[in-house]
Amino acid sequence: MTAAMTPALEVRGLCKSYGGIAVTQNVSLTVAPGERRLIIGPNGAGKTTLFGLIQGEIKPDAGTIRVLGHDVTRQPVPERARVGMARTYQIINLFTRDTLAHNVVLSLMGLMPLKRNAFTALAARTDLYDKAAALLASVGLSHRAQHRISEISYGEQRRVEIALALAQEPKLLLLDEPFAGLSQDERLIIKELIASIPSETAIVMIEHDMDIALDFAEQITVLHYGQLIVEGDRNKVVNDPMTREIYLGH
Amino acid sequence: MRRNYILLLALLICLPWFSGEYYVNLASQILIAAIFAASLNLLVGYAGLTSLGHASYLGLSAYISAWLSLRMGLGHAVTAPAALLLTTLIGCGFGWIALRASGLGFLMLTLALSQIVWGLCYRWVGVTNGDNGLSGLTRPSPFGIDLGNSSAFYWFVLIITVAALYSIARFVNSPFGATLRGTRDQWRRMSSLGYNVWGIRWVTFVFSSFLGALAGLLYVYFNKYIHPSVMSVTVSAEALLAVIAGGSGTLAGPVVGAALVMLLKNYASAYVERWNMLMGIVFVFIVIVMPAGIVPGTLALLRRLRGGPR
Amino acid sequence: MQFWQIQALNSFALGGLLFLLSSGFALIFGLMRIANLTHGALFMLGAYVAVTAMRFEAGLAVAALCAALVVGVVGGLIERLILRRISGNAQGQVLATLGISFITADFCLIVWGGDTIPIQTPAMFQAPLHFMGLTFPTYRLVVIGIAVVVAIILYLLMERTRLGAMIRAGVDDMQMARAVGIRASALFTTVFCLGAFLAGLGGAVGGPIFSAYPGLDSDMLSLALIVVILGGIGSLIGTFVASFIIGFIYTFGTALLPDLAYVILFLPMVIVIAFRPTGLFGTIRT
Repeated sequence: MTAAMTPALEVRGLCKSYGGIAVTQNVSLTVAPGERRLIIGPNGAGKTTLFGLIQGEIKPDAGTIRVLGHDVTRQPVPERARVGMARTYQIINLFTRDTLAHNVVLSLMGLMPLKRNAFTALAARTDLYDKAAALLASVGLSHRAQHRISEISYGEQRRVEIALALAQEPKLLLLDEPFAGLSQDERLIIKELIASIPSETAIVMIEHDMDIALDFAEQITVLHYGQLIVEGDRNKVVNDPMTREIYLGH
Repeated sequence: MRRNYILLLALLICLPWFSGEYYVNLASQILIAAIFAASLNLLVGYAGLTSLGHASYLGLSAYISAWLSLRMGLGHAVTAPAALLLTTLIGCGFGWIALRASGLGFLMLTLALSQIVWGLCYRWVGVTNGDNGLSGLTRPSPFGIDLGNSSAFYWFVLIITVAALYSIARFVNSPFGATLRGTRDQWRRMSSLGYNVWGIRWVTFVFSSFLGALAGLLYVYFNKYIHPSVMSVTVSAEALLAVIAGGSGTLAGPVVGAALVMLLKNYASAYVERWNMLMGIVFVFIVIVMPAGIVPGTLALLRRLRGGPR
Repeated sequence: MQFWQIQALNSFALGGLLFLLSSGFALIFGLMRIANLTHGALFMLGAYVAVTAMRFEAGLAVAALCAALVVGVVGGLIERLILRRISGNAQGQVLATLGISFITADFCLIVWGGDTIPIQTPAMFQAPLHFMGLTFPTYRLVVIGIAVVVAIILYLLMERTRLGAMIRAGVDDMQMARAVGIRASALFTTVFCLGAFLAGLGGAVGGPIFSAYPGLDSDMLSLALIVVILGGIGSLIGTFVASFIIGFIYTFGTALLPDLAYVILFLPMVIVIAFRPTGLFGTIRT
């Protein structure tokens, strides 16, 4: 298998239960490099748990997770960032007291040896702040770079979430409901932003709202009560009677 | 801002020429308390980890240095680095244990660990001389300068204080310092950005215990005597009070706080013998009335009184 | 033979007293997420109140009841007047309880002075008990009996009563408990009173063993912290088991290696924390 063929994400037989309730049941899925994958399912389908398992915040009971060919099943969360995975949060999780630029710098440093430097002034590293400014410009927020997160709007915070993930140039990007709580206009901005992400980056997106998410996806996975129900391209999934029954028809 | 600091430093250097011995000694004590509070502030303010066991490092380093010189007959050139090193190593171990938890669990573990060390110092009479403490200690004479003189000792402490505060300033403004504040504010995010949150906290814990040990060394040099009460929760609480009163997570806050606490302790104990009660009342008062600290709280109050913007 | 048997009995007695102290701490922590650092001081206050009650010719039983009630009321006042104002600020609450513990300790020093005040063992329990050729200090057995009775009452209270059901609901999920109509305000005060009551009872009942002295608060707070960390913060069963484990370790440690008793206390805590950060029976990871 050549490097280009190595899947961005390969999940095999993943299981997790809490107190006897199985929230992830034997889920397997493969995401190719650069693929756009949508994971949908009604509330309680186990989407967020699946993300937590892939990202490492939740430890699986069984199964394996490979990211870009690396078996990360037993690896701690930061190790997964080092192999090329980044994520955004559904509930915004930013450094609210700091400026947008500083937020992005923290993300940039995450994969740099510089982060262990306890002697020189961070503020002197203008190259990092320049890079952060460029990244913020790419999400349309360069005019806000020196504002604190607490001073910008919710929609803008969502864009910073994405900028933080993109700063690490991930090969696998997990987007956890990036449209949550946004107005129609803001959704379009985020949608364009996601569309502009380089095609080498594989994206797995969880989304509740199918209308906006369907355009995005090449491949769709439907989860229901922790199980993988249907998987395939857009037409196949949308027309599948199971999808209609558990998701579209409710 | 920088000019103000230089002015303040010049003033501090000149202090022994225009004030009596009593005040010079008080100033030395304040500086030692400032190093101690600033070291605790690394945990409380910058890491967001409230420790109630910081007196352990002050006391351990003081005891180790005293024991090595009294029982082993070693000179200061050996006892000082040995005390710093051994205390820092203990800090490595205690940090490993206490950082199994965060939040209130961390607080309880640090308190429990320090209570154990405190109890050990009282009970292990063969080593610590128990409640009688260890006396007959001397001050070092670096480069042949006699530190028995209170002014010389004050300058010695001042040099170390400046060095310690400078290293803290470098530390918190460094990339590592930025990641430390990141783990305080959003540890989950930091973890997913590729940072080893536990490691960052542990390194900070160790650095903080090293600086605490440094304060302990100066403490035992100043007093030439050491008693188990230096390990008590009261001492940890005094430092915590200094940090919180001055404003945690700022560079100057703990220094101002330490000065306030020491002055209060000094003047209060001249009139009433109820320092513990007074400190308890101050704690409750600050928590209820000025949770952001006395210095930031007072500034905010003044601004509000002047009617300016917040 | 006699040594081991006496020490074992002492261990059980200390374990029982630690349970009286720590169960209240665990209840308060479990329900309100407050690490009540006043608890050692409340224990000491209980011992001193018993001293005063006995100066008025009260028997130890009456004195212990007085102590428990007085300390319970003090606990209620602390919760109502201070902790309530800063609810939601976990760190502030801990610092406030620390401050109150200093105030309480200094208050005791002012009122009762700095000397150790012994508390007489009641006359009826002074004679040792002879059983199967062995001799037992009777009062130790009484202390164990009281601790076991309190443990059973607490168990029944938690499992069989409405109050217990409300407490359990609150421990599980306070928001949910509020949503189903449990008045958190009254519940918090009740539990804080109960926790303080038990600490005061422990101080008085432990009086003939420990006496009343300045510093008792600090000694007991250390032990209580180790018990709850070992047993699992917020777990009553864990507290019960850990109380006796620590009772044994501390008693035998003091008897066999008096210098290093405190180091021996440290070991079980480190081992448990290393492998089970939630403690032996705990579910809360703070």
